[in-house]
Amino acid sequence: MTKETRYIELFSNPGMVALEAIPVLNYPDFIAFLDLVMGEEGTHCVAYFVVPKGDTYRFVCCMAADENHALVLFSHEQPIKPTPSLPSITVKHFQFHVFEREIHEQFGIEFEGHPWLKPIRYPFDRANQDSVMNNYPFYSIEGEGLHEVGVGPIHAGIIEPGHFRFICHGERVLHLEIHLGYQHRGMEKLFVEKQHILAQSLLAESMAGDTTVGHALAYAGAVEALAGIRVSQQRSMERIVALELERIAVHIGDTAALCTDIAYQFGQVVNEALRTIIINTTQIWCGNRFGKGLIRPGGTNYPLTQEVMATILKNLEEVEARYNQVTDRIFSLPSVLSRFEETGRVTTMQATLIGAVGMAARSSGMYRDIRWSHPFSGYVDHFYDPAMLHKGDVWARAMLRKLEVGKSMEVIREMIVEMTNDQLPMTNDQLPMTNDQLPMTNDQLPMTNEKSENPNYDLKLAPDSLAISLVEGWRGEICHIAITDDSGNIIHYKAKDPSLHNWMALALAVRNQEISDFPLCNKSFNLSYCGNDL
Amino acid sequence: MPLKEINILRRHGRQYVPDLRNAVLPDIFRGRPVISGDITAAEAELVKKLCPVNAIGADPAAPTPGPLVAGSSEMEQIRCTIDLGKCLFCRECAFALPGKISFTHDYKMATNVRDRLVVASGNDQPIQLDPDKVRREIRLLFKHALKLRQVSAGGDNSAEMELNAAGNVNFDMGRYGIEFVASPRHADGLVITGPLSQHMAEPLQICYDAIPSPKMIILAGTDAISGGIFQGGPALNRDFLDKYPVDLFVPGNPPHPLTFINGILDLIGRR
Repeated sequence: MTKETRYIELFSNPGMVALEAIPVLNYPDFIAFLDLVMGEEGTHCVAYFVVPKGDTYRFVCCMAADENHALVLFSHEQPIKPTPSLPSITVKHFQFHVFEREIHEQFGIEFEGHPWLKPIRYPFDRANQDSVMNNYPFYSIEGEGLHEVGVGPIHAGIIEPGHFRFICHGERVLHLEIHLGYQHRGMEKLFVEKQHILAQSLLAESMAGDTTVGHALAYAGAVEALAGIRVSQQRSMERIVALELERIAVHIGDTAALCTDIAYQFGQVVNEALRTIIINTTQIWCGNRFGKGLIRPGGTNYPLTQEVMATILKNLEEVEARYNQVTDRIFSLPSVLSRFEETGRVTTMQATLIGAVGMAARSSGMYRDIRWSHPFSGYVDHFYDPAMLHKGDVWARAMLRKLEVGKSMEVIREMIVEMTNDQLPMTNDQLPMTNDQLPMTNDQLPMTNEKSENPNYDLKLAPDSLAISLVEGWRGEICHIAITDDSGNIIHYKAKDPSLHNWMALALAVRNQEISDFPLCNKSFNLSYCGNDL
Repeated sequence: MPLKEINILRRHGRQYVPDLRNAVLPDIFRGRPVISGDITAAEAELVKKLCPVNAIGADPAAPTPGPLVAGSSEMEQIRCTIDLGKCLFCRECAFALPGKISFTHDYKMATNVRDRLVVASGNDQPIQLDPDKVRREIRLLFKHALKLRQVSAGGDNSAEMELNAAGNVNFDMGRYGIEFVASPRHADGLVITGPLSQHMAEPLQICYDAIPSPKMIILAGTDAISGGIFQGGPALNRDFLDKYPVDLFVPGNPPHPLTFINGILDLIGRR
């Protein structure tokens, strides 16, 4: 078998491919090829899922080759009956554990040798209806002096539900198991049920309300790719402004929350007020503090006006000065540092093994950022150099937020300058990557008319195709995949919030920590419950 | 206090919204909609078809009360409604019919009567609470101190964040003695967000049972009131709401902190 027929490579994000163009391998070849690509630095799995069709299950795998800025797709097929039982990939490549668990839970497919074949979210249409929330198979250790602590699903604050089960020796946590699913709303099935693009946009916005822009952008990208259109340069840059405003707001809010969890009220109160300024800026733009209604396939109802741009710039200046002032104080206080430093450490090796994404990965020394590796929307013409830290502790995750707030502000300013001054000459420094290094097939797509760029809810989608759309939300890599049937209706929708990968990072972070540090560790990741449960 | 903190606080200034009852949101905020009295049957049908959550109703049998608008005959007129218990405030109907439907920046939309969330064409009246239908013990006991326990049942974390914001340094509803507490044992009522997922049905019931009587139920956000975009979805279980009366409906996607706080103040009878 030649190399060419084993996979298909996409160099655009979002990318679109005919279903039949994705090679189907037999399972041993599939694994052999997977071993090959996993051997390359920075390559990780963004999606591995099953599409049932007729009497076969099609397992589609999408790998992100970060160094090549490419997406690699390949697949294998198994008969539906009898229920397949396959050697587990997780044994060799641990980051596949979530994907195999997801497939197992949904279809009952066995993965031989999988070390942790546990439920992920108890979807309503799971294969085994006898597997219910109340009989989650918790890991247990027998031993004198050990005790278990159960927390949740309802927690002390106003947050989403999830259950945490600790096995402790005294105050020390030996093991944490995270049992989710309480937030399951049947999201992916609803995308298929509601064929209307407006309804699907609203669903995407509710995927995780704290990542409204991120998920709405991932959805819009997938649909636009299937419809064979792309929005104007102006709209693309506006979308990035919205995305980065969301990131700034949450990062500042999390800085406040981290201060709350170490009882440093001063830091909490000052940061809370700054977050308010940012989300109110988004509200001035589109009428909603979370950006709901802002991102739509084909265009927007809220073009970024000169007036709003001026407000954004003014508010950023104010927030930047005050945020720097207060975080300089936070990160120099011994009482803060003694709680942040060396707490909840995730090593680079752990993060790499579990396939951590986003800021959790970057604070553990992994160079992983979709804005850099697979640029989308306004980032296609805008080089982004991710902020990086290596310690992997609460301090690193808090500090990375500070660094990313600064970087996002820089991006927004640059975007606004570009938008207001089209004639601005681009120097080579600003565009370190030439188009040859970064082939963007999207360039060939027809561009919608900038002036009359309203949302388009009547887009005709390509039949029998797969679109994949990656977005670096504030938590990390968001992946939306839409598959159409022969008449262009979406028949399968796969959404992934970065939390799916990163919950395992939290479980590892609290090992050998004091249980009293759990809230701090939890907040330092601030993962999504509904994004995991869908 | 060290000098650095003082400098930070000086720049921080006063952050609280001084008058929560009369604060003004920007015009672009999507609050209570207004439907023009001269909306035609065809126009109403158009937006009814567009609305992904069936929030829009069109009833040709009942023409809008009030004077006819010049230039439109009675035949064309129709009673068009938007149910804010279902509306996701996406504003698409207003974009489809500019001049006929608009969303005002009036954030005071909470009420204790479900039917009052239905806004009809030709009616630009504020949504109000019906004081006669408020249970007596609510105003007797909770007027000056109200402790609430929040439960997210499939919420997307935006309503949850707005409820957190209601108690933050800007909105500070604590000034009225209203706050969220950790234990249902300490609470006077339950605030539910999210469309009520199947998997939260049991924890929600346990939490409600743990709250000492008398207790109230508040639904915060369109998802909680009707299920929102998830209504009729396969993974919901809304039986809980059939069992108990709801004391306050707070619409919004998510509800703005001002919508929530003003709703509560109306309910407990504070000025």
